[in-house]
Amino acid sequence: MIRKSFLLSLALWGTFTVRAAFAEDPSAADVQTHLDYVWTLVAAALVFFMQAGFALVEAGFTRAKNAVNIMMKNLMDFSIGTLGFWAIGFGLMFGATAGGWIGTSGFFLSDYTPGGDPWVLAFWMFQAVFCATAATIVSGAMAERTKFTGYLLYSFVVSALIYPIFGGWAWGSLFNGNGWLEQLGFIDFAGSTVVHSVGGWAALAGTLVLGPRLGKYDAKGRPRAIPGHNLPLAGLGVFILWIGWFGFNAGSTTAGVKDIAWIFANTNLAAAAGVVGALVAIWSITKKPDLTMSLNGALAGLVGITAPCNNVSPTSAVAIGFVAGILVVLSVLFFDRIRVDDPVGAISVHGVCGVWGTLAAAIFNIEGFTAGQLGVQALGAAAAFLWTFPAAYLTFRVIHATIGLRVSEEEEMNGLDLGEHGESAYPDFDVVSTFPAGVVVPKSVKATGAYGATRKPAGAES
Amino acid sequence: MVKIEAIVKPFKLGEVQEALTALGVQGMTLSEVKGFGRQKGHVELYRGAEYQVDFVPKVLLAVVVDDEMASPAVNAIRKAALTGKIGDGKIFIGSLDDAVRIRTGETGAQAL
Repeated sequence: MIRKSFLLSLALWGTFTVRAAFAEDPSAADVQTHLDYVWTLVAAALVFFMQAGFALVEAGFTRAKNAVNIMMKNLMDFSIGTLGFWAIGFGLMFGATAGGWIGTSGFFLSDYTPGGDPWVLAFWMFQAVFCATAATIVSGAMAERTKFTGYLLYSFVVSALIYPIFGGWAWGSLFNGNGWLEQLGFIDFAGSTVVHSVGGWAALAGTLVLGPRLGKYDAKGRPRAIPGHNLPLAGLGVFILWIGWFGFNAGSTTAGVKDIAWIFANTNLAAAAGVVGALVAIWSITKKPDLTMSLNGALAGLVGITAPCNNVSPTSAVAIGFVAGILVVLSVLFFDRIRVDDPVGAISVHGVCGVWGTLAAAIFNIEGFTAGQLGVQALGAAAAFLWTFPAAYLTFRVIHATIGLRVSEEEEMNGLDLGEHGESAYPDFDVVSTFPAGVVVPKSVKATGAYGATRKPAGAES
Repeated sequence: MVKIEAIVKPFKLGEVQEALTALGVQGMTLSEVKGFGRQKGHVELYRGAEYQVDFVPKVLLAVVVDDEMASPAVNAIRKAALTGKIGDGKIFIGSLDDAVRIRTGETGAQAL
């Protein structure tokens, strides 16, 4: 009896809900909106996954005694960056603009009210992972000698202030803002300038304030090799960055539209061409096909296509990527020669190739090349440098003068894992690095006395 | 009692171990080492910077045997480890004062 009445009420409930579901069919516009949400958030997840890529590349390219520190820096620049961008950065970048220079609303996600339009959350999520990408570029260039606390402070400043202010100039109108640079017709679809060159120039500032790793340069100023401890990790990291970049570039439509097809194709072609370009360059210079440079080539191609991914042909994408691959190799060797120690090539991949991508958007513009557009692109690239580099340099100098930016010599030699974190990345393994080879820290102590000078020969009277 | 330390190419370990076991040697100790004799190292490349690698990976197999087993063991090791190419390694032979089996406290030949 109870069973029958239960089944009856279940059936009644069923008919009511089924009728409710069919009460209003979603309109075509609704479906498009939902598709926009889905694609934007899937893409945001892909871009988030790039954090894993950065972490693996950086860990792989540096020594095992610093692996915990690299992981912590990557974990924290994302976490602090997310919070900094939530609290301050998003508002500065996308808030109602003051003259096209800076946003003034939307702090602490104030644009969102529970029950209100959640698009701001999707958009914020997508933009937050972009901000975090710019922030994490720097950790590789500053690896193996940066104080953890100094890096935490920098992470907040870059995510809350440096990145968003320039970002607003180029992308503000994507939400409530309107930047002066975009009003001039500046093209940077997914961020060669906004994200990558900003990260690259902040990295340059950091490496200059820090100085090179101990022993990186010999007495004659020639660079010594400090081989990374796990190149397979680095390779895996690049593959992860590559897949994440499909979200980075194609997701920048923030809409489920057909354009994402050519963006995917352009992205992939540029990456592959970047690998080949870098391989050709390094193979001809050193007579050996080097893995680490080829990996940098993939990233160079990806950075190069990031600005023009939505306004160039696939054939152009190949050219853009190939040139980026050659550029990154020459740039890495150049920075090494001028004693700028960048363990992962971040300045070359993101700064130099970021500029290349920015200019390529005009050079290869599918709507035709104009000198005017090239001028605007160059202006944007210059503005990114002139804003980011001094701001980051100042930040690092202030950190250096207050809580300190660089670890002590002894700590650097023993490894940051022990010094900064009291932990070992591989406690079950002996982690012994004899790199760099040669005089690393000039001796300040002399050996006194000489063994054997006063020793009597065997058999003599004592 | 004689201690024999054989420094050989890493991929030769299996053959050397089998040769010693066939002779009746019951215990050995393995270390992973790096070294060079007259074998020159090699140059490696990392991101355009060359660096010299002088210390070449080898394995060091240590055995302790009775006096009369020493020469047969050395010959067996040499035969197994030989490739004829530079870097085959070296065998060091020295006499040992004593040995102790930890579990039982036996000393001398009983400990081997």
